[in-house]
Amino acid sequence: MNTNVTANDAAGHGTAHGRRKLPPELNIFLVLIGIALVFEVLGWLFVGQSFLMNPQRLTIMILQVSVIGIIAIGVTQVIITGGIDLSSGSVVGMTAMIAAGFAQSSTWSRVMYPALADLPAIVPIAIGLLIGLVAGLINGALIAYTRIPPFIATLGMMVSARGVSKWYTKGQPVSGLTDQFTFIGSGIWPVVIFLAVAVIFHIALRYTRYGKFTYAIGANVQAARVSGINVEAHLVKVYAIAGALAGLAGLVTAARAQTAQAGMGVMYELDAIAAAVIGGTSLAGGVGRITGTVIGTVILGVMTSGFTFLRVDAYYQEIIKGAIIVAAVVTDVYRQKKRKT
Amino acid sequence: MISPGTMAAVRASGAVPSSEYLLQAEGVRKEFPGVVALDDVQFKLKRGTVHALMGENGAGKSTLMKILAGIYTPDHGEIRLRGHEIQLKSPLDALENGIAMIHQELNLMPFMTVSENIWIRREPKNRFGFVDHGEMHRKTAELFKRLKIHIDPDIQVRELSVANRQMVEIAKAVSYESDVLIMDEPTSALTDREVEHLFEIIRDLRSHGIGIVYITHKMNELFEIADEFSVFRDGKYIGTHASSDVTRDDIIRMMVGREITQMFPKEDVPIGEVVLSVKNLTLKGVFHDVSFDVRAGEILGLAGLVGSGRSNVAETIFGVTPATSGTIAINGKDVTIDSPNTAIRHRMAFLTEDRKDTGCLLILDILENMQIAVLQDKFVKNGFVQEGALTKVCEEMSRKLRVKTPNLSERIENLSGGNQQKVLIGRWLLTNPRILILDEPTRGIDVGAKAEIHRFVTELAKDGVAVIMISSELPEVLGMSDRVMVMHEGRVTGILDRAEATQVKVMELAAR
Ligand SMILES: Nc1ncnc2c1ncn2[C@@H]1O[C@H](COP(=O)(O)OP(=O)(O)OP(=O)(O)O)[C@@H](O)[C@H]1O
Ligand SMILES: [Mg+2]
Repeated sequence: MNTNVTANDAAGHGTAHGRRKLPPELNIFLVLIGIALVFEVLGWLFVGQSFLMNPQRLTIMILQVSVIGIIAIGVTQVIITGGIDLSSGSVVGMTAMIAAGFAQSSTWSRVMYPALADLPAIVPIAIGLLIGLVAGLINGALIAYTRIPPFIATLGMMVSARGVSKWYTKGQPVSGLTDQFTFIGSGIWPVVIFLAVAVIFHIALRYTRYGKFTYAIGANVQAARVSGINVEAHLVKVYAIAGALAGLAGLVTAARAQTAQAGMGVMYELDAIAAAVIGGTSLAGGVGRITGTVIGTVILGVMTSGFTFLRVDAYYQEIIKGAIIVAAVVTDVYRQKKRKT
Repeated sequence: MISPGTMAAVRASGAVPSSEYLLQAEGVRKEFPGVVALDDVQFKLKRGTVHALMGENGAGKSTLMKILAGIYTPDHGEIRLRGHEIQLKSPLDALENGIAMIHQELNLMPFMTVSENIWIRREPKNRFGFVDHGEMHRKTAELFKRLKIHIDPDIQVRELSVANRQMVEIAKAVSYESDVLIMDEPTSALTDREVEHLFEIIRDLRSHGIGIVYITHKMNELFEIADEFSVFRDGKYIGTHASSDVTRDDIIRMMVGREITQMFPKEDVPIGEVVLSVKNLTLKGVFHDVSFDVRAGEILGLAGLVGSGRSNVAETIFGVTPATSGTIAINGKDVTIDSPNTAIRHRMAFLTEDRKDTGCLLILDILENMQIAVLQDKFVKNGFVQEGALTKVCEEMSRKLRVKTPNLSERIENLSGGNQQKVLIGRWLLTNPRILILDEPTRGIDVGAKAEIHRFVTELAKDGVAVIMISSELPEVLGMSDRVMVMHEGRVTGILDRAEATQVKVMELAAR
């Protein structure tokens, strides 16, 4: 007699399918396949060639989004705690500049530290990771101990870190980096790093205490505290990891470009947040998985690559990308609402 | 069939068709993945009566009421309002048809004022279309006066105690002036005094012809307020009777399908050394100079009216709101407890009063909810959770506590209220505490499971755990405690031994 299915029925089914039956990433994976197929068809119609049957294009596509992916893995964890990190793009710029300063080759004229001998790559790499980590620590400490909203704390870091990257060389690019250093950005290394980071944090979130506490804080911070979790210390940890990953992304960016510029990484934070949200991470906290974020990252890559392939104007690309991000958030809000009624 | 819209219009015109029953549900079925919550269930509500729903945790009471309040759509069955079949599409739809519901869990917005919460979505507007706060305040004051509630309409809800929040929920539901008022365990957080107050309100509403559905696990309330009652068991309808026709044991038999043995299985256990000693504990502006000892194997009951500071003392001992002065000693050694984390390191456990706010991780599953406290120092090796072993003990715990669920990977949100409570109790029992603080441990728990939990607590005491138990149910406090500490307005007014603790004495000290 009654055929209409309420929101709650649907939510209920989603739960049952939860972890035992179908992985929640399946939906988003199907979206990825769908988008790829649309480009394939449009490709044959308008460009007269295949979009997918071109390994070179696919490689470039993944390479392009690897950096975003590395950041997104950190951002996903921040969002799971119910926070947000707007500073990652600027941290990319800052670490790229400072690390590059220590990776200059003596065969070139140096912007920074002209007297310095060639340093082994491990030095700039360690410095880069450390700077990212410190930026994240500052974010985390501000948020956890002064209780200012994550949006504001990381907005401050976003502006300041960008300032540092401009101030460092007074706006000049740093070029002529050692081969040892640029190696990490060569070939498919960025992809390898991205996937390695993904595997590590997938495991961390699912199988370690760190992961369990991260989800618990996002689900109900009060209950998490009463259950004995040191919420402040844990938040600092999560933001520090996100910062270090942004630092790693900065290293890869500079290595890949074989140069560092103050404007590197602008707006990367938004792409990273978009990748996480498209991949099913909920801005309300408590929900999200690295596998989803990886798929979300690839979706961003496919779109950029697909539009370029179809020779869609860059302006239109941005407009469409914006719409897709909003659509992803709307879906998230809708999912939340379904759950609550 | 008449659409709800038409019904709303008919209602507005005042020409309400009369029929024997105000609200009727027949052949209702509702299935959730893996659970049949309701199976061919019926329910009939007469006007001007209080109709109680009884049944064990997970029997389907809340689900049936959510269907009547437009929150769930039934898979089968029909609902008739004053004899006319209706299909409710949303809670708003139900409200427009004159059906209001007070939910089992509190649903107020903590950062909004009391009046804003009550008139949400129907705020009085001034002529510019803005919310008229003066008018809203006036309407709230008027409503509270009528209901004899003494709460400041302009205070933010987060500053209210759980009991006062419940009173606001009640006032809000009454303010809809509905014909059918559904109350899902409204008294689980109230002490006797507020319960009496609520009953006055209910009697008044009943005399105005309103039909009231009243869900409770408390038998005495049934006999006091309900005209009739219906019993459900495992999603099935068992029967409807007048409450004057039956005895307590009859109802329990109908509910459980078996006899329940002794209610408070208190056993005399050897009392050991002082485990927790609290001296002159003070939280400025909340409670003052609280001193007491709890010994191994002892159950110390905490009684007092709402707002007497019982829960605050518990929160302070557990480090949720660290004390401003005073000392806490464990096993004779002074300790500083500045956070729950430290408290847990001293092997304390604390079941909080408000399971939605400070208990459940609603969007996570049962397993994750149960594990979260024990992971602090057990079942973790090099940071990795030992899933296999942990899952096994969680499964065993939920079997012992009889958590009713298809599997432990179900979201805790989808459990019935009483079953959520059992999961939270399990969370703390897993930590193997030596000091256990329970704030309203049997809140929303059915008779059978209640006896079960009492037995658990007794077992723990036997093993030498020092237990502090706060409960608004005086019989529970008196039945389970070795000593009863009574509080009034943030001060301890007396500590009674089991032998001298009577209902009258406790009430005297509590109301001083
Ligand atoms: N949204 C949901 N998704 C899945 N299962 C649900 C959902 N809501 C209720 N259930 C299941 O339906 C059954 C009946 O639940 P209901 O909340 O109606 O019980 P109840 O009689 O109100 O119990 P209590 O006395 O504990 O409040 C339970 O087994 C519960 O787990
Ligand atoms: Mg219920």
